[in-house]
Amino acid sequence: MNAAIEAEGLRKSYSDHHALNGVNLSVAAGTVLGVLGPNGAGKTTTVRILATLARPDSGRAVVAGHDVLREPREVRRRIGLAGQYAAVDEQLTGRENLVLLGTLLRLGKQGARDRAAELLARFELTDAADRLTRTYSGGMRRRLDLAACLVSSPPVVFLDEPTTGLDPSSRATLWRMIRDQVASGVTVLLTTQYLEEADVLADRIAVVDHGVVIAEGTPDELKRKVGAEWLEVTVAHGRDLSAAASALSCVAAMPPREAAGGKSFSVRLPDGMGAVATAATALETAGIEIAGFALRRPSLDDVFLHLTGQEHS
Amino acid sequence: MNGVLVDTTALIGRHLLHLRRTPTRILGVTLTPLTMVLVLGYMLNKAISVRGGDYLGYMMAGVGAQVALACVGSIAIGTATSLRNGLVDRFRSLPTSRGAILVAHTVSDLGLAAIGICIASIVGALLGWRPDTGVLSIAAGFGLLLLFTYVMLWFGLLLGLSVRSPEALGALSGLVLVCGSFLSNAFVPLDGLPGWLRVVAEWNPISAVSSACRQLWGGPMSASTGSVVSEHPLPAALVMLAVIAAVTVPLSCRAYHAAEPR
Repeated sequence: MNAAIEAEGLRKSYSDHHALNGVNLSVAAGTVLGVLGPNGAGKTTTVRILATLARPDSGRAVVAGHDVLREPREVRRRIGLAGQYAAVDEQLTGRENLVLLGTLLRLGKQGARDRAAELLARFELTDAADRLTRTYSGGMRRRLDLAACLVSSPPVVFLDEPTTGLDPSSRATLWRMIRDQVASGVTVLLTTQYLEEADVLADRIAVVDHGVVIAEGTPDELKRKVGAEWLEVTVAHGRDLSAAASALSCVAAMPPREAAGGKSFSVRLPDGMGAVATAATALETAGIEIAGFALRRPSLDDVFLHLTGQEHS
Repeated sequence: MNGVLVDTTALIGRHLLHLRRTPTRILGVTLTPLTMVLVLGYMLNKAISVRGGDYLGYMMAGVGAQVALACVGSIAIGTATSLRNGLVDRFRSLPTSRGAILVAHTVSDLGLAAIGICIASIVGALLGWRPDTGVLSIAAGFGLLLLFTYVMLWFGLLLGLSVRSPEALGALSGLVLVCGSFLSNAFVPLDGLPGWLRVVAEWNPISAVSSACRQLWGGPMSASTGSVVSEHPLPAALVMLAVIAAVTVPLSCRAYHAAEPR
């Protein structure tokens, strides 16, 4: 597979701290890599280096086939960047923002105008196109920002925390729009603090902390690292709890774990639907009245806390 | 090369749209010089005497130089603000020549300064300012002021890229305006200054520019002290501006190139 973004051993220090301690990343063309990490983990610094805005102290990176240090201009021709702040010119209208970028990207006068109209329509901003962007809502600004980084139809797009600070519905809209882009074959590197966002959008996830990638894989692989599926059982009457637990001990991979409240417990099951069916039959046979029966997979939150060692925070 | 021109024109268009939407920026660079014209040129005109002519004729050169100084703060704050809101990152991530971005910013602010200088000159003319050295010489005086403004704009750009905090720049720009205006012969002949300060003020580029303008406009001059700057203000001013530009332009480009948000 062809890597659209490849970084090796990126290091960067600022006067007071090490921002990156050797970041390695590889993103296959046409896929989405979610870079997940807490504040200050080095996500933004990584993006800035890959987008040629900052120079690493050491290491190398190739984006869209060009070295970020040796051929920054060639890289800039092939990338779109939506930074952490929706970087739109507040004193221009949405349309003027996009036309200006189109002109700077050499689309020609008419070409820039046509492209702006097309993007405004695609990002549902046509009605607001001729309003100053300082009157836009947060969600509209982010959409315009996303449109702005796509003006030249770049093959590689960097999105640095694209939905931070948005309400859930604006976030869902933005996700849908990002997915549309991905469907058209764009390679995306997306940083986020939201595990849900990475889960929804990314093909692969790199978890970063303290300037290094501490885990990498598909969302499923990462979840599996933390552990298999758990079956959560809630009994209708507290007195049945131990009976239910012993009924399940034959299918469980580990002894059942009682949850707070005295009415539910969870057991770790071996993989596969067969185990779930066996468990359901065992409870049925024992004649226990069940109030809840749910299979719970570890969330990325579990992964994240597990990997960064902040389980107790 | 043609592409750079297209970029520069497009970016100048952006700044002109800004100006159309916030015309109060013109006030920002015109208000102080205009006040000086009205207070010194009109109210106190008779109270201040200069050798060889009317005080209004003396101070108009200083007013022009002051517009340029007011532009320093204006462009510095503008630059620092766009560094903060991520716009600089967006432009820097484009294949656009970074030189075009800075040239467009300074050229459009030069237009702003030209408007300011025009307004101040018209008010001066209404109060009786009459340069009488011929069209060419008068135009050369304005040309020198615009050149001075342009160099000061690059200085302002560098200031904005180095200091980064719009709040601090607000305070600094006031300092530039006051120190520049009064540690020079822009408004007051240097005769009365204490010795060492007089040397500092005399070699201040603002003094050279003001003196050269007075010479070109036929206004009353400060008494010469025999130094190169006071004997030949125009060549001295041109050399000083060239030196300042040779320092500030490359430094600004470098600072822009390496700009990291803080």
